[in-house]
Amino acid sequence: MIHFVLLISRQGKVRLTKWYSPYTQKERQKVIRELSGLILTRGPKLCNFVEWRGLKVVYKRYASLYFCMCIGAEDNELECLEIIHHYVEILDRYFGNVCELDLIFNFHKAYYILDEVLLAGELQETSKKSVARVIAAQDTLVENAKEQANSLTNIISQATK
Amino acid sequence: MEQLKNIGRELAIGSQGSSKEFLELVKAIGEAKSKAEEERLVMEEIEMLKKKIVEPDVPRKRMKEYIVRLVYVEMLGHDASFGYIQAVKMTHDDNLLLKRTGYLAVTLFLNEDHDLIILIINTIQKDLRSDNYLVCCAALTAVCKLINEETIPAVLPQVVELLGHQKEAVRKKAVMALHRFHQRSPATVADVISKLSMKIMHDVDPSVMSACLCVLFDLISADANSYRHLTNSYVCILKQVVEHRLPKQYNYHNAPAPFIQIKLLKILALLGTGDKGASNNMYNVLGDVLKKAEPSGNIGNALIYECISTITAIHPNSKLLESAAAQTSRFLKSESHNLKYMGIDALGRIIKINPDFAEEHQLAVIDCLEDPDDTLKRKTLELLYKMTKSSNVEVIVDRMICYMKTLTDSHYKTDIASRCIELAERFAPSNQWFIQTMNQVFEHAGDLVPPKVAHDLMRLIAEGAGEEDEDADSELRSSAVESYLQILVEPKLPSLLLQVICWVLGEYGTADGTHSAAYIIERLCDVAEAHPGDDVVKVKGYAISAITKVCSFEIAAGKKVHLIPECQAFIDELSASHSTDLQQRAYELQALFAFDSSVVGAVLPFDGSADDIEVDQSLPFLNHYVKSMLSKGAKPYIPANERQAATTLASQHVESYVSSHSLRFDPYEKPQMPIMALTPVTTLQSDDQSIDISQKATQVFQPSFDADTPSSEATRLRLEGVQRKWGRPSYNNNSASSSAGAERSTNGASNGLDIEKASGGKQGIVPQEPKYVSDRNKQPEISAEKQKLAASLFGGVTSKADSSVRSSGRSQKQASTNRHVGTAKRMQTVDPVDSRAQASLPAATAPPDLLDFGEEEVAIAASSKDPMKDLEGLFDNTGSVPSSQPTAPVTNLPNIDLMSLYDSDLGLGSGLVSSIRVPDMIPENLPNNDSGDRLTVLDGLVTTSGAVAGPKVQGETSASSAIKKGPSLESSLEKHARSRQVGVTPTGPHPDLFKDLLK
Repeated sequence: MIHFVLLISRQGKVRLTKWYSPYTQKERQKVIRELSGLILTRGPKLCNFVEWRGLKVVYKRYASLYFCMCIGAEDNELECLEIIHHYVEILDRYFGNVCELDLIFNFHKAYYILDEVLLAGELQETSKKSVARVIAAQDTLVENAKEQANSLTNIISQATK
Repeated sequence: MEQLKNIGRELAIGSQGSSKEFLELVKAIGEAKSKAEEERLVMEEIEMLKKKIVEPDVPRKRMKEYIVRLVYVEMLGHDASFGYIQAVKMTHDDNLLLKRTGYLAVTLFLNEDHDLIILIINTIQKDLRSDNYLVCCAALTAVCKLINEETIPAVLPQVVELLGHQKEAVRKKAVMALHRFHQRSPATVADVISKLSMKIMHDVDPSVMSACLCVLFDLISADANSYRHLTNSYVCILKQVVEHRLPKQYNYHNAPAPFIQIKLLKILALLGTGDKGASNNMYNVLGDVLKKAEPSGNIGNALIYECISTITAIHPNSKLLESAAAQTSRFLKSESHNLKYMGIDALGRIIKINPDFAEEHQLAVIDCLEDPDDTLKRKTLELLYKMTKSSNVEVIVDRMICYMKTLTDSHYKTDIASRCIELAERFAPSNQWFIQTMNQVFEHAGDLVPPKVAHDLMRLIAEGAGEEDEDADSELRSSAVESYLQILVEPKLPSLLLQVICWVLGEYGTADGTHSAAYIIERLCDVAEAHPGDDVVKVKGYAISAITKVCSFEIAAGKKVHLIPECQAFIDELSASHSTDLQQRAYELQALFAFDSSVVGAVLPFDGSADDIEVDQSLPFLNHYVKSMLSKGAKPYIPANERQAATTLASQHVESYVSSHSLRFDPYEKPQMPIMALTPVTTLQSDDQSIDISQKATQVFQPSFDADTPSSEATRLRLEGVQRKWGRPSYNNNSASSSAGAERSTNGASNGLDIEKASGGKQGIVPQEPKYVSDRNKQPEISAEKQKLAASLFGGVTSKADSSVRSSGRSQKQASTNRHVGTAKRMQTVDPVDSRAQASLPAATAPPDLLDFGEEEVAIAASSKDPMKDLEGLFDNTGSVPSSQPTAPVTNLPNIDLMSLYDSDLGLGSGLVSSIRVPDMIPENLPNNDSGDRLTVLDGLVTTSGAVAGPKVQGETSASSAIKKGPSLESSLEKHARSRQVGVTPTGPHPDLFKDLLK
């Protein structure tokens, strides 16, 4: 099971956090501090795993962004590495050449996509196409809703004028 | 210029859809130079949000943005709880856009036991019934995060209903939600899941099936037995997945649905553990997975690793183990640290089945141990921990302690300290070494060690090796005293170690006469002064007790004690201490000086801690008193059990009388006395009248509860005989676990026999000699240092097997003696003292190279020397081999076995397959021509595994090119322009922000 997902920039700035196991806000801060200290200082050739409090943290660096996932002691590290890559590929497909800036300004979208890839700490969808389909459906619905809302507010504003 | 910038920013608002302030905030935080500046910005934002969020009539769209900002603030680690209620309200909204934002926010904000959840349940219930499948999806996502044990029943019916939803995305999420429920509280969903698991398992959609595997994995790990009948259907599914029968969209870098494969492999590992029949059915498909996984890509290696895990978990199969071993070798020899790490892990799994395998990779392991990569080092230490035995314990524990010294992380330090202690307790070659190791552990991780360890150590010093060798014991004690006097010089010792030191110095400081009492007392006085801190009262207590003992021994020996001024000052200080305990100790010491030698000797006898305290439970010294009281009219004493019987009788009576009442007034039943499983060390005759109670701390008074047999059981003390090894056995302790031990021993024995048989005497012990030479030629740069380490780590591998051979029966005596001689020879050659001699003797620890398939194959074809095959054979008829038929022809068993397995597999398999309602996934040609395939697959396993092991480079490029990327140039230009509008320039502090993540 995946206990949490963290996206940290090379400067140690948090870009996204998702917790599948219960952690209090205080613990979360401690975890982030500890892990960024551990991971950001590691050299490029070392392995992508860190043993931490009896769990394992698998991380991968993409450009200046570190994607970290914390998994249980019995889980397969290489698989987790590929889950990270799977997520990044989906992000890349959605944003078109995704870069850190996309995630900074659209972090809520990154959350929505993550919710389609992982659920309750397990990989829920292994097909990129399916994820893309659901996200697209949501987006079109959101667009429709937006238009509707706009027209509604217009009507209301005009009526109340 | 400034104006232009502002215009640009204003333009950006329209394009991004979020408000200007928020973009500004994100940008400002992005550009913040220091943590403090970032804090300040976020605090400002929080203040602003607090005000705005409670304003009346905030437009909903505005509110949505506020909530996104709350999420942002919370993500940066600040408390946004003031806005949680707004997020909850937003989930009530009818507009999907707003609802989704609300759900996102609550899933991020709230844990499952938060008070606000109760306000969302109703909304979730409503949304789960929605016509719009996206609303259902959003609600299900929230369900997975927010529903706890108490609220499961509120949503369970709806979730179960959604399992039959027409959209696969909804079904999938519903299954995942069930999985979550099962994790939270298995009991509430047990019947639902048992009813549905078969139905959803056969869903047409692979995503739903894959989600279902999560649930099944949990169910099976809880209770494998009730799911064993499903083994064949999992094998079939896995087979079909491997054969690319799933839609292409599930492929990942050309591997067919690898994530599903891994889940299935995990399930198979659970089902096959300890079940030979089930394992037999899996061998074919495991071979397929292993063969088809691309060793060049990461995902292929993930599959291979999972395969190795499964192969080592299920009932062993020689061919598969061989391939697993080959893959492990490839991992270990890889340049990639990731693969090395996985290799070390896999090695740890394989040596559980075949301990000799580690020998081949000793140099790779040592490389990993000395690698600068901390993770790899830890993993290797873990491996070493698993393969420790008495021959290499010194080196391994030494390594561990060295590493422990460098650690600052207390979590891992505790871990490694407890491992050191465990190993030392189990394998210590000598008491002296044990004490020294313990001292080191205490010194570097004293605060993290459980106090029991210190007590064990003190007991060991007090009681020696448990043999009647007083000289050795006293030697041990004086060496302990010496080492503690040395350690005392160092500053900042943990209090647990100080306790041990004070106790040992007090008991034995003056015993051998090398140190005068005055010297010891002086050092003890220093202890208390040198270690102020939280534990100062405790430490002073230890010191004063030790001083008391030293003084009393002196007095008892008839010498006059002259207290040095520091000591006198120390005693005076303690007699005025705030702690009554310290005061009492100080006064006791002063009182001792008033008595003569015989009294003091009786109060504190020398080496009293090792004496057994004998307690007569019948307390005869009270007889007189009891008699006099009885004569005065006191009630006679009724033993506890009789008293209890009487009360239960009475209460039954009462119960029958008042049974109509709902309240019970009789007392609770008395707890049953636990039956103690004790090993009696001293048995006392009941007529023994003496009671001898001394106050030594480490002894525990333990009366016997068995009143029915007073004569034989009597009373006894819990003084578990202190042997050299008193730690609990673990799985690593081969000889301890009986079945494994038997298998191992027969294995070792027949190995010996086999080698003898095949080699005709000549190459009995060193058949791999030439290979080792070639191995050495390959790596001439290996330093003598490393080889020495290797020899000391792995050199003793055979000694274990050897000893088990010796114990395994007389019929194999011939073989065992032969082995034994060989081992002796080997031990001689790996003498670590003389590394040059070792280098010149190439026979030392010849590792057969499993990667070298050419030679291996020939060996298999030529004779039945292959140890793996023997292993397999032995597993098959473990019962008969060790006792009666030591020379049973076991070599051709595997083949017979495979045939029969295959037949049974076919019968069962085809039946089950037809019951699966997945048209796409049914292999049409299962009946006959497939069988040929399967057999050849296994047969071909050995011959082709060389090819598997070799680095396949093909396919890597196609894998990476398969990912379709967006229109790269255009989109990045567009993005660039957009971000410039926002006001972030690539020349800013973090130009990396614009880099494509996937490049």
